[in-house]
Amino acid sequence: MKRRDITLYVNEEKYELNVPVNKTLLQVLREDLGLMDTKYGCGLGECGACSVLLDGDKAILACLALAATMNGKHITTVRGLERDGELHPVQQAFVETGAIQCGFCTPGMIIKGVSMLARNPHPDETEIKHGLEGNLCRCTGYVKIIKAIQRAGELLDSRSSG
Amino acid sequence: MRYKLVGNRVVKVDAREKALGSALYIDDIVLPGMLYGKILRSPYAHARIVHIDISKALKAPGVKAVVTAKDLPGKGGGLVGPFIKDEPIFAVDKVRYVGEPVAAVAATDLAAADAAASLIHVEYEELPALFDPVEAMREGAPLIHDNVKGYFAVFDARRGGNVCSHTTFFEGDVERGFQESHVIVEETLRTPMQYQAYIEPIGAIAQFDGAGRVTVWSNTQGIFVTQDRICESLKIPMSKIRVIAPKIGGGFGGKIETTVQPHCVALAQKTGGRPVKIVLPREEDISNTRPRHPAIMSWKMGLKKDGTILASQMSAIFDSGAYADDGPGVVAVGAITARGPYRIRNIRMDSYCVYTNKVKTGAMRGFGNTQTTYSRECMLDIAARAVGMDPLELRMKNAIEPGDKSVGGQTLHSVGFKESLTAASEGLGWNRPKETKYRGRGMAGINHISGLLTVGSVVRLNEDGTFTIQCGAMDIGQGSDTVLVQIVAEEMGVPMDDVRLASGDTDATPYTWATTANRITYTGGNSVLLAARDVKRQMRDLAAQMLDTENLETKDKKIFAKGNPDKALTYHDLGKVSVWVKGGPLIGKSNFMVEEPTLDPRCAIGHPFGTPFSAWIFGTQAAEVEVDPDTGEVRVLKLVAAHDVGQAINVDGVEGQIEGGVVQGLGYGLCEAVLFDKGRITNPNLTDYKIPPAADVPEITPIIIETHDQTGPFGAKGIGEAALMGAAPAVANAIFDAIGVRVTELPMTAEKVLKAIQEKRAREAKAS
Repeated sequence: MKRRDITLYVNEEKYELNVPVNKTLLQVLREDLGLMDTKYGCGLGECGACSVLLDGDKAILACLALAATMNGKHITTVRGLERDGELHPVQQAFVETGAIQCGFCTPGMIIKGVSMLARNPHPDETEIKHGLEGNLCRCTGYVKIIKAIQRAGELLDSRSSG
Repeated sequence: MRYKLVGNRVVKVDAREKALGSALYIDDIVLPGMLYGKILRSPYAHARIVHIDISKALKAPGVKAVVTAKDLPGKGGGLVGPFIKDEPIFAVDKVRYVGEPVAAVAATDLAAADAAASLIHVEYEELPALFDPVEAMREGAPLIHDNVKGYFAVFDARRGGNVCSHTTFFEGDVERGFQESHVIVEETLRTPMQYQAYIEPIGAIAQFDGAGRVTVWSNTQGIFVTQDRICESLKIPMSKIRVIAPKIGGGFGGKIETTVQPHCVALAQKTGGRPVKIVLPREEDISNTRPRHPAIMSWKMGLKKDGTILASQMSAIFDSGAYADDGPGVVAVGAITARGPYRIRNIRMDSYCVYTNKVKTGAMRGFGNTQTTYSRECMLDIAARAVGMDPLELRMKNAIEPGDKSVGGQTLHSVGFKESLTAASEGLGWNRPKETKYRGRGMAGINHISGLLTVGSVVRLNEDGTFTIQCGAMDIGQGSDTVLVQIVAEEMGVPMDDVRLASGDTDATPYTWATTANRITYTGGNSVLLAARDVKRQMRDLAAQMLDTENLETKDKKIFAKGNPDKALTYHDLGKVSVWVKGGPLIGKSNFMVEEPTLDPRCAIGHPFGTPFSAWIFGTQAAEVEVDPDTGEVRVLKLVAAHDVGQAINVDGVEGQIEGGVVQGLGYGLCEAVLFDKGRITNPNLTDYKIPPAADVPEITPIIIETHDQTGPFGAKGIGEAALMGAAPAVANAIFDAIGVRVTELPMTAEKVLKAIQEKRAREAKAS
């Protein structure tokens, strides 16, 4: 298999990698870098558990992105959201709102929430439901996930004003 | 009674690690030297295996082991099955469904394992296959198992031919009940195969040590069930099998029985100590997790003019797929719960579990009751219309109350069914004028068992005055770890941070049966509560000895002489003394299991319930829908779910169970079905097998009803399974209310609803 040299920034760490051109970003994160916080649920872009942020705030599916096309890109995974031991407001809201059950969709849902709020700091329920398109959860019925994203919007407000 | 922790909203003990992504699931575990396994599966629904040639695969690059049935003890290993031991780990002599494991390969990477598996040559001779349980029951149908009576069975429920069990429950005189009825209604309803569709696929890692001991890591709902099945199939003593469960990404019944664990162990036996991992691709997961039994249920109900139900009869055929698995239990639970939360003196409930050449079906949230609840609640609406009564009024008239009995004679103490009917109908606005023409409202009553079999646990006082619980109950995402910690912290009067739960390791926790049957809060909660009381008593005894008084008080992690808080021992003091002076530590222990018989054997034929039920749970779900008369599309606008849970332990957790269950129930009602073409699944992925996305979720209102069960921990009962059962029938009844058609087969897709509307219009045109 043909390989390509790439520089990848993951959670602000720089990695110089030589990757086969058919390897997905998800495989590189999990198998080569040992970053297990991004989950493999289907490998087909159906469940959204592998969502990561591209260049700050754009959610993409790591299972459908080829690592070789990511040269020079900045990737943020869910573990990269924490700052000095403090949870990101979206993580905090998921914890406090009871939005986490089995937790397997959670990294993808939190990433999706961060991305959504970057574009629309105060989404209403319908906007959140549509924003979660592509991310499946089988445990929660989404009710508390939706509440958590709304709550995260409030937390982000108070953080930026304080 | 107000508690400090119980009944509040608490943050789950594992929420933070899950939010950070640091929680480890099976696929996140990588061991040094780990090999990757691939299972070769049958392409045929029913075929004789003539010959298997593994020679090419053995020579393939990277391959370290190849296993077929011949490598197992006795050239096939032990047969497994929770009720009937009919299933080999790898097919022996013949295959019975598309996807059945035939061989497995372990190689240095997954691509090498895939490539090697394709080099295994299997010669098959196809046999006539059966895909319809009704056909499989016919005289002279080909036999899927040559001699079903020859298998070891936990109980024998009239096995024979392709029928692996036939259970009947009866009370009163159903024929006389029908004779005395003014109105009789009859209908046949059908339900599909529903896939658990947890987001985390099934997986396992197995590794042998130098002493012949194997450690198995797996996302199982029951570490001891997994240990047992490996022991039975591979003839390895339990003392040499350790099962460890990491975090589990949902189960819903699909992760109880073994799927890849024995296969991993069989491979690991041949790798010289190198660990072997198998994580199923989604496509294989669907065909191996034992989805929900499809069912065909024929009902007859008889009523007096005033709406009193005099007799109720059901005959149900459940499609078991190729093996019995949990089927005999599933159909029996379906039958014993089929009367529903109603006073009906005369009943007869028959259910058959029938082999076909499809994937084996098994446990899924509701365990037989989901199917029978759907069909019965449709029948109640049909009956209500036949006697000209409001469906709510009919249910209320026949509703059971505390002191009534379940089928089989168990007296029910905490029964909040009537309260749930009131709460759900008021929450929905049952009698409110409808805003548009094609809106309708429907409801469904629910009853289910809560708690079964045993949970053992230990609560230990640590040296610093904190506590450690050891309990093998698995939290599969429903939040039971939090509930168990909450219960012990409440009893000991300490913050939850002072209590650590150790679980998920057969070497480190006492025996418990699996996470099933709404049992962890009830049975597990009782177990840890009794263990906590045991250690509490020992702490008090030690304090009495040291303070030289029996007159003691406990407050703020201190035990002191009554009225004299200065003469005190802290929990920390007691922990230290118990370890260093008294030969401790202090250890409280308990096993909890309800042992009093709950079923009169005279009212059943072929029932598996040698072990009694514990508490029963009740609920009502009510839905409002809008139907598009031109397209048949159904939009669920609102669903109110009122559930009697005895006592909520963690309110967020109970609501989460209800909300998640409702959405799975809506999926069951409206869009989910595993589809087949001659035994092959045609929608083995999450695009073609559609589970509800966020955009499809209506307004859901969970309502918690607390009836304080006298046998539950702090009065609590379960909730998980009941939460799924009401949505499909409530929506079915709402569709009828909206547009006057009844779709008698789930899922109620737009196509089926439209067809029913068109048929109704044609009938009406003909009549006029």
